[in-house]
Amino acid sequence: MTTPALFIDNLHKRFGGLPATRDVTMRVAQGERRLVIGPNGAGKTTLFNQITGDIAPTSGAIYLFGADVTRLSPAQRAHRGIARTYQIITLFQKDTLEHNVMLALLGLSRRRFDILRPLSRFPDMRAAAREALALVGLDGAADRTVSALAYGEKRRLEIALALAQKPKLLLLDEPMAGLSLEERKSVKSLIASIPRTTTLVMIEHDMDTALDLADAVTLLHYGKVLVDGSPQAVISDPQTREVYLGV
Amino acid sequence: MSRASLILALTALVALALLPFYAGEYFINLASQILIAAIFASSLNLLVGYGGLTSLGHAAFVGVSAYVFAWLTTHAGAGPAVAAAAALVGATIVACVFGLVALRATGLGFLMITLAFSQILWGLAYRWASVTNGDNGISGIPRFSPFGLSLDGAAAFYWFTLALCVIAFAAIAAFASSAFGAALRGTRDEPRRMAALGHDVRLIRWITFVYAGFWAGVAGLLYVNYNKFIHPSAMSITNSAEGLLAVIAGGSGTLAGPIVGATLIMLLKNYVSAYVERWNMLLGFVFVAIVLIAPDGVIPGLRRAAARIRGGRK
Repeated sequence: MTTPALFIDNLHKRFGGLPATRDVTMRVAQGERRLVIGPNGAGKTTLFNQITGDIAPTSGAIYLFGADVTRLSPAQRAHRGIARTYQIITLFQKDTLEHNVMLALLGLSRRRFDILRPLSRFPDMRAAAREALALVGLDGAADRTVSALAYGEKRRLEIALALAQKPKLLLLDEPMAGLSLEERKSVKSLIASIPRTTTLVMIEHDMDTALDLADAVTLLHYGKVLVDGSPQAVISDPQTREVYLGV
Repeated sequence: MSRASLILALTALVALALLPFYAGEYFINLASQILIAAIFASSLNLLVGYGGLTSLGHAAFVGVSAYVFAWLTTHAGAGPAVAAAAALVGATIVACVFGLVALRATGLGFLMITLAFSQILWGLAYRWASVTNGDNGISGIPRFSPFGLSLDGAAAFYWFTLALCVIAFAAIAAFASSAFGAALRGTRDEPRRMAALGHDVRLIRWITFVYAGFWAGVAGLLYVNYNKFIHPSAMSITNSAEGLLAVIAGGSGTLAGPIVGATLIMLLKNYVSAYVERWNMLLGFVFVAIVLIAPDGVIPGLRRAAARIRGGRK
C-alpha cells in the first residue's frame, strides 16, 4: 500500500470542556477526492484548522505523505505542500488580483526575503500569477482590486491563490458557499479539472454538486467520524439519513 | 513613484541642498533637527504603517544609540567612528532582543510591551548615574568628523545629515516597496492567510522591527551629534509619542507621510514656540484639524484632493 497523502491518527481537540474533534482517524490516498460532510458545528472546519496548523490538537497526530507534521507551523506545512481556501473569504482586499496571487507564489519562494527588489521585478512570477488567474477565468480582471469583485469572483480567487501554489494536498472549505447555480457549475468543473497530482479534501454542503466529484465521503457528527466510505455507501447509510440528510 | 512626485522630490532635494546658501544658521539648525526627526518617523512608519504594529517605545533605540556613542566618546576614550559603529550595533542588538519578546503580541499588547521596554531603559538612564550621569545627562560629546571633515559648523553638519537622510529614505523606501515589503503589508492585512500561504509572519515582523530599530539608531546617532549632549528624556514616552504622531498626522503607510508629519511637529515645536508659549496646545489644535479634514493623514488627504480636482476637470 502506498503512503496516504493525509493520515490523521486518533485526533482529539477540546476547547475547554467542549470536544470539537473526537478520536478522528482518517486516511486519504494520494490523488483521492474526499468529501467531508456533516451538520453545522460538526467540527469540519476545526478539523481543517488542525490539518493546516492554525490550531493545535489536544492529542493525536497528523501525517502528510508519511511525515509527522503535527508540530509544524502553518507556514512550514504550506512549504510541505498543503494549501487551503477559507469558508469566510480571506483575501487582500485593497490589492489587485494579480498582487493577491503573487503573494501566494511569494510564500513558497525564497524571494520573499528580498528586501531590495519589488514584485514588479519578477516577470516570471507575474506570468505564473496570470496563469493561475486564467485557470479560474479571472485573467481579464488581474488589475482590478479585490474589493471591486463580485462575491462569486472572490470565491474563484480564493481557489486561484491555492492552485497557484501547485499544492500536493488542497483543502477546500465550502468552495461553493453562497454561489448561484450557474456559478456552482463553473466552480464544479474548475475543481474537476484539478490534476490528480493534487489530493483534494473538500467540505461542502451542496451534495448535488459535490457528490459527483468525490471518490469517498466522510460524515462528521459532534466531532466524530460517523460514516466513512464510498459516496453511495455513505448516502444510503441510515445514520447519514438521520443526522445529515434529514429524510 | 509617479513622475509628478519624483519631480517634486527632486525639487525639494535641490532646495534642501542649497538651504545653507539662502537661510540663516537658526534655520539650518532647525532643518537638521527636522531631518533627524524625519528619519526617526520614517523608521517607525515601517512598523506602524506597513506592519500594522503600533509601537509606543521607538525612542528607546534613539536613546540606546545616543547613550552608547556618548559614553564611549566621553568615558571610554573611543574615537567617534568606533563609537558610531558601536552605537548602531548596540541599537540593533537591543531591537533584536526587544522584538523577540514584543512580537509575541500584536495590537494593544504590542503597544504596551514596547512602551514598557522603553520605560525600563528610560528609568535605567535616570538611575544608572555612574554610567549615564542620571538627570544631569552626558555633555561635552564631540561630533564625529567623517573622512577628516569637521562637522562643527551648522552647514557642514546639515549637509552630512541631509546625505544620511537621503540614504535612510532610499533604504526605507526600497524595503517598503520590495517583495519583502509586500509580504509585510500582507501580514498587516491578513496574517492568518499569509501564514497559510507559507509566509513566516513572526519572522517577517521581527526582521522589520530590527530594521526599524537600526534606522532609529541612525537617527539617535545624529541626534546626539547635533546636541553634543544626551539626557534620559531622549527616550521618554513623549519622544516616542511624537514620532507616532508624526507618522499618523503625515499619513501612515505612505513614504512621504512621516516626513511631512515630522516637519509639521518640529516647525510647531521650534518655530511657533518662539511666539506662542502654549505651543503644545497649538499642536493639539493642528491634530484635531488633521483628524477632522484628513483622518488618515496629510498625504492621503492631499492625494484625495488632487484626485477630486482632476476628476472635476473632466
